[in-house]
Amino acid sequence: MADEKNKSNLPPLSLHIPEPKYRPGDVVDYSDLEIPEAGAQARPDIHSAPKDMRDMVYDMIRVLDDDDTAVGPWDPKLDDETLVKMLRTMVQVRTFDDRLHRQQRQGKTSFYMKCTGEEATSVASTMALHADDMCFPSYRQQGILFVRGYPMVEMVNQIFSNKADKLKGRQLPIMYSSRELNFFTVSGNLATQYPQAVGWAMASASKGDSRIAAVWCGEGSTAEGDFHAAMTFAAVYNAPVVLNVVNNQWAISSFSGFAGAERTTFAARGAGYGIAALRVDGNDPLAVYAATSWAAERARTNQGPTLIEHFTYRADAHSTSDDPTAYRSAQEREEWPLGDPIMRLNKHLIRRGIWSVEQQEQLDADCLEAVKAAVTEAAKNGILGHGLHQPFETMFQDVFEEMPWHLKEQAAQANKEREIKWPS
Amino acid sequence: MAVMNMIEAINSGLETMLERDENVVIMGEDVGYFGGVFRATAGLQEKFGKTRCFDTPISECGIIGAAVGMCAYGLRPVPEIQFADYIYPGMDQLISEAARLRYRSAGEFTAPMTVRTPVGGGIFGGQTHSQSPEAMFTHVSGLKTVIPSTPYDAKGLLIASIEDNDPVLFLEPKRIYNGPFTGYYDNPVAPWSKFAESEVPEGHYTVPLGKAKIVREGDAVTVLAYGTMVHVAKAVVEEHGINAEVIDLRTLVPVDIETIEKSVKKTGRCMIVHEATRTSGFGAELSALVQERCFYHLEAPIERVTGFDTPYPHSLEWAYFPGPVRIGEALEKIVGDLKS
Repeated sequence: MADEKNKSNLPPLSLHIPEPKYRPGDVVDYSDLEIPEAGAQARPDIHSAPKDMRDMVYDMIRVLDDDDTAVGPWDPKLDDETLVKMLRTMVQVRTFDDRLHRQQRQGKTSFYMKCTGEEATSVASTMALHADDMCFPSYRQQGILFVRGYPMVEMVNQIFSNKADKLKGRQLPIMYSSRELNFFTVSGNLATQYPQAVGWAMASASKGDSRIAAVWCGEGSTAEGDFHAAMTFAAVYNAPVVLNVVNNQWAISSFSGFAGAERTTFAARGAGYGIAALRVDGNDPLAVYAATSWAAERARTNQGPTLIEHFTYRADAHSTSDDPTAYRSAQEREEWPLGDPIMRLNKHLIRRGIWSVEQQEQLDADCLEAVKAAVTEAAKNGILGHGLHQPFETMFQDVFEEMPWHLKEQAAQANKEREIKWPS
Repeated sequence: MAVMNMIEAINSGLETMLERDENVVIMGEDVGYFGGVFRATAGLQEKFGKTRCFDTPISECGIIGAAVGMCAYGLRPVPEIQFADYIYPGMDQLISEAARLRYRSAGEFTAPMTVRTPVGGGIFGGQTHSQSPEAMFTHVSGLKTVIPSTPYDAKGLLIASIEDNDPVLFLEPKRIYNGPFTGYYDNPVAPWSKFAESEVPEGHYTVPLGKAKIVREGDAVTVLAYGTMVHVAKAVVEEHGINAEVIDLRTLVPVDIETIEKSVKKTGRCMIVHEATRTSGFGAELSALVQERCFYHLEAPIERVTGFDTPYPHSLEWAYFPGPVRIGEALEKIVGDLKS
């Protein structure tokens, strides 16, 4: 056949499987990572059209420079009180994470997820929103709840799945929900919250409300269809929503290349949809705050959605079920060129003359005491796996508003089993 | 009262709810200006405005996902999926999100949405416009599944679904939009206007979810059916002169077990008819329920009459469809001893 003859001259195709630069034990060299100078990025007017700011998607908004000074047009010029609150909240989040991670290791619950190194991406961004703006988090945005004053003891009750758990022991630890604080129930299926946030924002706009929505997902789950459906809907309906992509470089063991990072930035996804997009140093809390304020102001003035890529690093394991030493070089974290968000803000406050080493030590101690107290208090309500914390019938409640006959039958069966398993 | 076909009854149900509840919104592909490919939303955008009834991108994931978010805001969305065959990209949002929102948030967030979508074949729609995927949804906890068989029920069940505070999948048997197709495909279908069930009240009324309807009383055999197959089954038992009791389930989850149980205990025989593929179809669930509850009353094995376990073929549509011949054979088998 003619086709066969032609084929004989063609080179064999090869399939590209992305591979991260560094594996365990490798020496890390970040010299080719492009990190622009702090303060060098122009701040477009909030009325600018997305097409006039496409350069932003390949740049990186940075405010804190190497001397820990806030510089450039993106400096949000926050007052001292706000800056200290930001630092306190981030420290509280990290302390909480460390302590609760330890509780899991001690067998008090099944699972935990820290956001170490990424605190700014939820704390600073939520501080730039209004308290009644609706947040659609992924599973690593506990910072939102800390900003909005959710009691730590409630979080621990949920993590311990105990009798005081407001979610009735139904959800995996850290999959919080707080309607009161405008914090949408965390799913666990990835990126499903993206079109939901857009739908909420569409509803708010259609009702002539003034509230906007904000949503977070990781860079890995931008590969989900939900992400792209959400981008299309956000663009089509000009939805008032801030779309955050927390690019922490790793999706469990898959580096960002498996979501397309070898070719372009995640902010560049916005350009393809005609959505305003910013790329921000996610370990620079002031840059995160400034970018979020800018995006929120756009949304609030009917100028539609903004995509923000937060360039950061997942400093710890994906979860308590993960061991990153098995797939990445430990040096990546040690030498992450964008530093640590808490350290950077701490140094900035010291440089401003409103903070001291002693105050930081006191803050660290206070935060630890507060977490310990919350854990002790919550443990009084029980820990996972020790006894029956939730009334048995709660298993069958809330499947529907009213319990249909088949669930009533199954509830009766479960109650019978209980008598056999745990005689009263 | 007005005389309506099923599309007009659905349109009237939507109009009624748009009027009564400012939080009801309709969204879907081509539902706005154009009024839907089956005309179910005709005139609604013009009457209620673009923010109450609007077109969407071709993204079922986006449609149902956005609807979940609208529910979180406090709206009561009624998304349309143009054909049930297209619903699969939206399955995760429906199954993992909408159906479990109330449970996972312990009631903080709920999803009072009604997803409307046409199902079933018999319109030469080929394998992507003919499916009956109800069993994929009846398997999901937290989701109600409703399927009407007449204009009157369509409007009443639709209003009840929209008012229900749980997510409802509202399946519309497209073969009977215009008239009660009886499976005799060579005969013209009589329009709904020739039947009493086309008498539909203009305003608000409901047909309760979870309640079946006995469409034909009898004592020889209980026939369980829903949607198009109600009319087909009824026509075939009448042709065969068998005094069957035909039950239109109307709601699949939660199913009206009381009516089923009472009837099978009376007749001692049970035949289940659905258009969907056979293996793990909803008939399997019905068969198990009847066996569990009525075993000692049964005088014959339960019969299932279904579509075949193949994709819905285009040219061989009428060979696939569980029509008069397949139903007739099963009927003779299950009541044969009564005749001898």
